[in-house]
Amino acid sequence: MIGRRQHRPLEFKDVGSGDGPLLVVEDLHTSFRTARGTVRAVDGVSFEVHEGKTLGIVGESGSGKTVLSRSIMGLLPPRDVIRSGTVHFGGHELTAMDEAHLREVWGAELSMIFQDPMTALNPVKRIGVQIAESLILHLEMDKKEARSTAVELLRSVGIPSPEQRVQWYPFQLSGGMRQRVMIAIALACAPRLVLADEPTTGLDVTVQAQILDLLADLQRERHMAVILVTHDLGVVASRADDIIVMYAGQVVERAPTRTLFHDTKMPYTRALMDSIPRLADPSGARLDAIAGRPPDLIHPPTGCRFAPRCHYAQDKCRESEPPLRTVGSPDHLFACWFPLVDGVSTAPAVPVTVGRTAGAGAVGPDAPTGTTGDDPATGDDPATGDTRDPGTER
Amino acid sequence: MPDDRELLDTRNSDQLLGDRFPGMAATEESVLAISTEHLDGDDVLARKPLGFLFWFALGWVALVFLAAVFANVIHLQSPNFQNYSALNQGPSAAHWLGTDDLGRDLLARLVFGSRVSLIVGFAAVAIGLVVGGTAGLISGYKGGRLDIALNAGSFIILAFPAIVAVIAIVTFWGASLLHITIILGIGTIPLMFRVVRASSLSFAQRDFVVAAKTMGATDTRVVLREILPNVIPVMVTFSLITVAGVIVIEGTLAFLGLSVNLPTPSWGNLINEGTSNGALSTDPYIMMWPALAMFMLLWSINLIGDRLRQRFDIREGVL
Repeated sequence: MIGRRQHRPLEFKDVGSGDGPLLVVEDLHTSFRTARGTVRAVDGVSFEVHEGKTLGIVGESGSGKTVLSRSIMGLLPPRDVIRSGTVHFGGHELTAMDEAHLREVWGAELSMIFQDPMTALNPVKRIGVQIAESLILHLEMDKKEARSTAVELLRSVGIPSPEQRVQWYPFQLSGGMRQRVMIAIALACAPRLVLADEPTTGLDVTVQAQILDLLADLQRERHMAVILVTHDLGVVASRADDIIVMYAGQVVERAPTRTLFHDTKMPYTRALMDSIPRLADPSGARLDAIAGRPPDLIHPPTGCRFAPRCHYAQDKCRESEPPLRTVGSPDHLFACWFPLVDGVSTAPAVPVTVGRTAGAGAVGPDAPTGTTGDDPATGDDPATGDTRDPGTER
Repeated sequence: MPDDRELLDTRNSDQLLGDRFPGMAATEESVLAISTEHLDGDDVLARKPLGFLFWFALGWVALVFLAAVFANVIHLQSPNFQNYSALNQGPSAAHWLGTDDLGRDLLARLVFGSRVSLIVGFAAVAIGLVVGGTAGLISGYKGGRLDIALNAGSFIILAFPAIVAVIAIVTFWGASLLHITIILGIGTIPLMFRVVRASSLSFAQRDFVVAAKTMGATDTRVVLREILPNVIPVMVTFSLITVAGVIVIEGTLAFLGLSVNLPTPSWGNLINEGTSNGALSTDPYIMMWPALAMFMLLWSINLIGDRLRQRFDIREGVL
């Protein structure tokens, strides 16, 4: 395993520029075998990323965002991890590659920015060395060239006096500076896709904005695609072209950013938006947090996984799983039986606290349900007249 | 450039400070001088002095080393030359440290005796470090069955009563310097293995290791370039402590007559000579010098190890 390149380098440069998406993820499942059972951390996720575009992946802690990004990279340990589905990158199937080939893609074509700049840099190596390493490895630069390139990279990520700072150790830098160094490392070999896994979570708000602006600038300059993984809708709102909202390992809504914010369909997405504190709120106003916790991924609830926490959940939601479907515009997908229309749920008005009546659990999805039996609660989708069979389970 | 903004911000706040409290603001020139010519972080590593004791200890170790290496060159008497006209003498101009009951020069015996201690101490630990350290690095990083197997092996060696093993092997092979070194070297392998493995394990799943992988580093590269540099401070410190421990064990073996054979001097058998046949009451110097020299050497090695740990532990170094 020693040595730099034992394999014929994969020719990525001449594949996939312009035609077709850069990254295609199809029905990706990732599960962990644990003593308690199998944790289905990523459960059937599909999406595409086009060259030069930004995709935001949003979800609360435990929704599977980080596992998804590591699963795309192929970074998860082989033991006790079950992965199925495919990931195509630049025309190559990453999921079918062995590690030796992946190593040629990693860093050179596909790289990752980590969440915590405090731990993602090697504490005992000078930052210049850490940047130069991948230049020497992938671009076969000599030491001197790599060093001067490292200085240029530090300058390009906005680190003042880069000539001196290449000699510094990570502990001599602030958190924001370290994240800049991380970005410099990730972008050193001019990758075509960067996975940024919560790149600003460890930083304070003003620095967050700087780092995200920097990333956006560099992205424009280098025509990279970026996958921005975050729990903060505010972070992706102005920076992503498309947004995927994840819940309990599944995609629950996917849309171009404007559409997502203007025509939110999924109550979970709405709830995420409502949980962002607003300056305009009167002081002392209670934050509209989402009650409860994400479900147990070993025994996920039947039906819609968000149903137990959803204000508008109906019996149908608890019984059958809503498919990812479109209404009107083809690029707006969501998984909800009763999508919001203009911010108002199309679900029949059932008080949340009432819950299910005694016999409700036993009846089929098309039976009249709930305590307010006068609503045409289920059967046809009240909002849209979607042609698919509403009882379809995926 | 956003970071220039950061610097400007400091300057602005200084100016604001200066507006309100004249005299407290840094002048623009001085701030710029700091920001461009002299970066604060450049001399962080140079700040903490190692202290007098460190240099004293290092000096003592160096002295012992040099004396051992150049024992034949510097004008010493033969350690085994018996001068019957000078028995049991105290320190004098002719015999700086005195003589023993056979009239042998104690300084010469002390210096030649140090060779055994130093060779056994450092060579045994080198064996342990190369074998145990390598195994520990791989075991901690790779985990899995290999780790379980190597772990079990280390426990087997550790569980074996060392002194029994040494007595058995010395009885069969004979007590030469080489044999003693190898035996004690094998004894240090599991110690080194366990310490290095624990340290390697703690770094194996760190983000920077994963980050290095995402940049295309091979396993070998990750172990050598990412993990090893982090483990080295632990290795150095623990090695030095182990050297001290091995020197003591060699001394113990020599004291029991299980190390190199007389009349070849070693610190252990010198102490043995100094305490046998009532020599302790008639001529305490025989026992005192090697005991003192050994004490000083062990103290020095431990102190050096400790100070180096403080120095190289970057996280602690900042404080």
